[in-house]
Amino acid sequence: MPGTVITYIVRRLIAAIGLLIIVSAITFSIFYLVPRWAGASPETLANRYVGRAATEETVKLTAERLGLYDPIAVQYWNWAKGVVVGAEYDYGAGVERCPAPCLGYSFITKQPVWPELLDRIPVTLSLAAGASILWLVFGVAIGVLSALRRGSIFDRAAMTVALAGVSLPIFFTGLISLAFFSYRLGWTKPGGTFVPLTDNPVLWAQALILPWITLAFLFSAQYARLTRAGMLETMNEDFIRTARAKGLKERNVVVQHGLRGALTPILTIFGLDVGLLLGGAVLTEKTFSLPGLGKYAVDGIVANDLPKILGVTLVAAVFIVLANLIVDLLYAVVDPRVRAK
Amino acid sequence: MRIKRLRTVAALSAVVALALSACGGSDESPSDGSTGAKNEFNAALTGVVSPSDKKGGTIKMANADDWDTLDPGETYYGYAWNFARLYGRSLLMFKPAPGKESNVLVPDLAESLGVPSDGGKTWTYKIRKGVKYDDGTEVKAQDVKHAVLRSTDKETFPNGPAYFEAFLNLPAGYKGPYKSKGVNTDSAITTPDDHTIVFHLKNGFGGFDYLAQLTQTMPVPEAKDDGAKYRNHIVSSGPYKFENVQPGKSFALARNDQWDQATDPNRKALPDRYEVALKVSADDIDNQVINGTIDIDVQGTGVQPASLSKVLTDPALKASSDNATIARLWYTSINPTVKPFDNIECRKAIEYGMDKTSYQTAYGGPFSGGDLATTIMPPLVPGYEKFDLYPAGPDNKGDQAKAKEALTACGQPNGFSTNMAYRSDRPREKATAEAFQQALKPLGINLTLKGYPSGDYFSQYAGNPGFVVKNGLGLATNGWGADWNDGFGFLSQIVDSRVIRPAGGSSNTSVRIPEVDKMLDAAIAETDTAKREKLWAPIDKRVMEEAVIYPGVYAKSLLLRPKNLSNVFISEAFNMYDYLSLGVK
Repeated sequence: MPGTVITYIVRRLIAAIGLLIIVSAITFSIFYLVPRWAGASPETLANRYVGRAATEETVKLTAERLGLYDPIAVQYWNWAKGVVVGAEYDYGAGVERCPAPCLGYSFITKQPVWPELLDRIPVTLSLAAGASILWLVFGVAIGVLSALRRGSIFDRAAMTVALAGVSLPIFFTGLISLAFFSYRLGWTKPGGTFVPLTDNPVLWAQALILPWITLAFLFSAQYARLTRAGMLETMNEDFIRTARAKGLKERNVVVQHGLRGALTPILTIFGLDVGLLLGGAVLTEKTFSLPGLGKYAVDGIVANDLPKILGVTLVAAVFIVLANLIVDLLYAVVDPRVRAK
Repeated sequence: MRIKRLRTVAALSAVVALALSACGGSDESPSDGSTGAKNEFNAALTGVVSPSDKKGGTIKMANADDWDTLDPGETYYGYAWNFARLYGRSLLMFKPAPGKESNVLVPDLAESLGVPSDGGKTWTYKIRKGVKYDDGTEVKAQDVKHAVLRSTDKETFPNGPAYFEAFLNLPAGYKGPYKSKGVNTDSAITTPDDHTIVFHLKNGFGGFDYLAQLTQTMPVPEAKDDGAKYRNHIVSSGPYKFENVQPGKSFALARNDQWDQATDPNRKALPDRYEVALKVSADDIDNQVINGTIDIDVQGTGVQPASLSKVLTDPALKASSDNATIARLWYTSINPTVKPFDNIECRKAIEYGMDKTSYQTAYGGPFSGGDLATTIMPPLVPGYEKFDLYPAGPDNKGDQAKAKEALTACGQPNGFSTNMAYRSDRPREKATAEAFQQALKPLGINLTLKGYPSGDYFSQYAGNPGFVVKNGLGLATNGWGADWNDGFGFLSQIVDSRVIRPAGGSSNTSVRIPEVDKMLDAAIAETDTAKREKLWAPIDKRVMEEAVIYPGVYAKSLLLRPKNLSNVFISEAFNMYDYLSLGVK
C-alpha cells in the first residue's frame, strides 16, 4: 500500500513538471507572439522599457539587452536554462551570477525575481491559511446547521447572508470594513501594515484579521451553500436511516455518516480554491495593500514585466498542483469507498 | 494676471471656508503662533502653513506605485526629484520656497550658478568645500563627473532623462564609464581641481543651469557605484541616508550625521526620519491621509476621484487642502499624416468645433480637472503668453459657424469620418474622446473611438507613426508635463519633429514643422534668460497656427495638506508640497 502511494506521488510530480513547462511556454508565447502578430517589432517591444525621452539608440540597446532580437524559441530556451542551471546578469558595472532557480531579472526594476517571490510567498501564505481555516470552519458549520434545520429562520437568514457574501465583491466589503473597523473604530490596523509572523505574531494577526474575515466572508458563503446542499442529499440516503435504526446518537449520525459523505465535493473545491488563492488573492491584496504574490503579478502585468509574470505563474501552478495532490491523497482518508478501490 | 486670479479665488474660498467653519463652531486656529499662512483652502499655494523650526519626529509617506528608481542617475518623476534632494545634492536646485519663488534656481552643491563662456558652450561650476558623504569622505568634482557620465549609459539606465548625452561633447561611440572604461572624456567634462567642474557642450545651450539641477548631477563615488544595483544602496550626500531598503515594498531615511548645515543654505532637515511605504492602494492612501496615519501621498498628483467630492463638500477637509495648478497640459493631437487632416482647414474645423467646456468636464471640472487651455505652454511656465487663435465662442462651447466655414474650405462641407485614439484605462481620456464625438457630430464629423492600453499607448499605438497612418488615427488624446518649468523643458519633447521615432514611443505624434525646429534651436542657444524666455511664446503660437494640437485643460490637482506636519507649502517647481522643508509639529 505505501509503495503504491509513493509511486502515485512520484508519477503526479513528474506530470507536474511537464505541466510547468507547458504553462511557462504558453505564458511566454502569449507575451511575445500576440504583440508580434499585431505587427510589433523588437524595437516597439523595447519601447515599453525605456524612458519617455529615450532615443532610438537607447531603444536598440534595450532590445539587445533583453534579447528581443532572438527568435522566441531561443529566448524561451535561455530563460528555461536560467531556471535549471542559473544565468549571468549584466548590471552595467559588472556581471552577476544568478544561481538556479534563476527566474530572471525584472525588466523594469532590475531586481532578481526569485528572491522577490520568496519574499512575497509568506504574505500570500499567511492570508490564504488564515482565511481558508475561517471559511472552512464557518462555512461547513453554517451549512450543516442550515441543512439540519431546513426551513427554519436560522436557515433562511444564513442563506440570505450567504447569498450576499457570494455577491459582494472583495473591493467593496474590503473598503467598507477598512473604513469602519480601521478608520472609524480603530480596532484593526490600516492597509499596508503587514508584519511577518516570525517577527511579531500579534501584529501579524492584527494586520491580517480584516483581510481574513473579508476573504472568508466571500468563500464561507459558497461553502455554506455547498455543504447545505450536500448534507440535504446525504441525510436522505438509506445508510443514514440504517444508522439511525442501529440506534446511533444523532450527533454521530450527522458527523460520521452525514457530513463525511457530503465532505468529498467540498474537499475537492477547497483544494482548488486554496491552490488558486496561493497563486495570489489579487483583489484582497490590492485592497488591503498586502505585498503578496497577487499584487506582484498585477504589477508585472501592468508594467509588461515578463520575468515577474512568469515567476508568479510558475509559483501559482506549483501551488495548484500541490494542493490538488494533497486533496487527492486526503480523499482516501475521508471517503472509505475511495480507499477500497 | 494669473496669480492675481488665483489670489482672488483663494481669498473667496477663504471667506467661504471661514464662514462655514464658524457655523460648525470648530474655529481652528493655527497652533504655531500667528506667523505663516492660515490653515485655509489654498493657503499653501502662496504661503507657508504652520512654520516651525522644531526638529525631530517621523514623516510617513505612501506611494501607490513603486518608485521608478531611487538612483539619482535614472529617476524621472517629479515627486522622485522633489524627494531625492533629501539624500542627494545636485549642483543647483529650485529654491525651496512657496509660490513663484520656487521657480528660481539656487546653488546647492555648487557655490553659485553656472558661469557660461564660449557662447554657452562651456559651463563652469565651483563645488562647495566640506560636503561629505554618509561614510565621511568628501564630495569631489570627479564624483559629479562620474555621476553625469554614468547616467549617459542608456543600456544600464534606459529610463532616465537623456539631456546630458544630447548636449555634452562626448567622444564618438561613448557608452558610459562601465562599457567605455578608460576612455578620455575631457572633451565633455573636465575637473581642473577637486572643487571645479567644467562642462563642454556640442552647441551653445543657454539653459544649461536647468540641467545642472537634475538629480543626475548628484555625486556618485565611483568606488561605490555598481551600475543597476546602485539603486539598492545609494550613498547619501544630503542630510538623510537610506535605512532598511526593501525594493518594491518600503524604505526609510535616517539622519546622515556627516551632513553639515554650514555647507547647506537650503535645507532645514527638521524630522529625524522619513518612512515610505510603496504600493499602497491609492484610495486607502487618501483615507489614511485624512485620518492622519499617513502624512503625505508622495506622488503628489492629487486625491483620487472617490475622495474628491468628500474633500470639497466637507468644510474642514477643504480648508486643509490645496488646489494646485500643474505645469501640465491635457491635449489632443490632430495628426496631419491622416486624411483629411493633411488639409489645415479640416484641422481648424476641429479647433473651432470642439466644446472646450466638455473637455474640462471630462477631466473632472475646474477643481481636479483644470482651467480651459488655449495655448500649449501652461501659464506656470516662464515665458507663457496668453493668446487664443481659435476662439470657441462666448460660452466656450465651440464656434459652429467658423467650424463649418473651415470644413467647406477643406472641401468636406458635409463632414467626414475618422478615428480617435485614447488610453482605455484612463476614464478621463475616454470621457474626452466621447466629448469630441458628441461635439463634432452636429458638423457631420463622425468619430470612431479606439481605446488602447496606456502602457503601450505611445510605443505601439498612438505614438507609433506607422500605426497611426495604417489605422487612420486622426485624433489622439495626449498629455504632457514639463521636466522643469521652462520653455525648453516643456516644449522640446512635444513640438520638436526630431524626437519622433519611426519605431514609436514619442509623445509628439502630430507636430512636424521644420520652422519650429529651427526656432527651438535658436531659443536653446540664447544664454540670456530674459531674452530666451521671450522666444518660447512665438514657438507656441507657430504650432497652434498649424492646428496640429488641440489644447484641452491646464491641469490642476487637489492635494490634502498633512495635518501633523509643519512648514507646509507648495513648490511650483514640482507642483506639489515641497518635501525638503517639512517638519513634524
